Amino acid sequence: MSTRDIVHIALFAAFTAALGLFPPVTLPLTGVPITAQSMGPMLAGAIIGARKGFLSQALLLVLVAAGLPLLAGGRGGFGVFLGPTGGFLLGWAISAWLIGWLFERNWRNLTALKATAYIFIGGIPALYLIGTAWVAVVVDLSYMQALLANAPFVAGDLVKVAIATIVAMTVRRAYPMMARA
Amino acid sequence: MLGLYRHGESVLHRLPAGSKLLGLVIAGTAIFLIANPFHIAGILVLVCVAYRIAGLDARTLIAQIRPALWLLALIFALQLWLNDWQAGALVTLRLSTLILLASLVTLTTQVSAMLAAMERGLAPLRHFGVDPSRVSLALSMALRFIPLIADVTAQVREAQKARGLERSVIAVAVPVILRLLKMADDIADAIDARS
Repeated sequence: MSTRDIVHIALFAAFTAALGLFPPVTLPLTGVPITAQSMGPMLAGAIIGARKGFLSQALLLVLVAAGLPLLAGGRGGFGVFLGPTGGFLLGWAISAWLIGWLFERNWRNLTALKATAYIFIGGIPALYLIGTAWVAVVVDLSYMQALLANAPFVAGDLVKVAIATIVAMTVRRAYPMMARA
Repeated sequence: MLGLYRHGESVLHRLPAGSKLLGLVIAGTAIFLIANPFHIAGILVLVCVAYRIAGLDARTLIAQIRPALWLLALIFALQLWLNDWQAGALVTLRLSTLILLASLVTLTTQVSAMLAAMERGLAPLRHFGVDPSRVSLALSMALRFIPLIADVTAQVREAQKARGLERSVIAVAVPVILRLLKMADDIADAIDARS
């Protein structure tokens, strides 16, 4: 792993943390808070690829576990991993890996439609699969019940998929990272 | 290093970070295995006593649980609706206890001590090709990058203001990421040139 790879990993760990600084938007009617932070894993995977994307999110989680308040709303420490949303945090690393893997495999003939599909797959179904498993365990619900309890968050995540796709495709045109690798 | 740590001189502050982590893993597992809400409530009381021992006041304790409150209420309501109040009490008590216990470890351990303990814990990964010095480099760089990214974002927003685009997520995010990627190349070259 080159020095440049290490810098990229640190950069996207920090970028995801910086996304948490934006104040969360609360959805009308449901009161579900939406934060920009979960775009971090989507963009990390799509821009720096599977391996580095995964490691960047893992690095962020290490810093959070060490007690730094880097998650949206200034949360951090071990408590967040044991709380109901802990599975989604671990899911970020897997999500970044999957999106990166899909992007790398199809880098040469990537279209906007494909990119949207990849970021969607990694950012919503894959992430919810992992996050929901943890919710089901800590909240003592069946998997299906936990999945339904998470459903209100999907709307916000769809918006994030759209934004992340446009950003990732524009960055790809200006600075194609994976073509060089 | 700025963090959630609260300075103190208590027994809990003086315990080595590694033992606190190990204790948290064991206690966390135990709390999961207990299915009696009254026993969990007993442990919750013990955790509150531990906050007292660590010299942390009630306000600090409540601040730890406050971000999870609306979720806890939602979970209780969900359990009440699907099962009964005992199930709701068990789950919410269990979660509160876990969160408070984990936060206690965070509040009484300095970030540097925690990172050192985790780096030691990751040492066996050396056999799988993980270089500990590179891990330390990545950790310290990530911390340095956060304020830097905030600065770059502020600059780009200022520039996009002239075009009336400072509120557009895309018009801000793209230039920020491009600048950061170019910067990453320069930093990598600088590190390589010096080593």
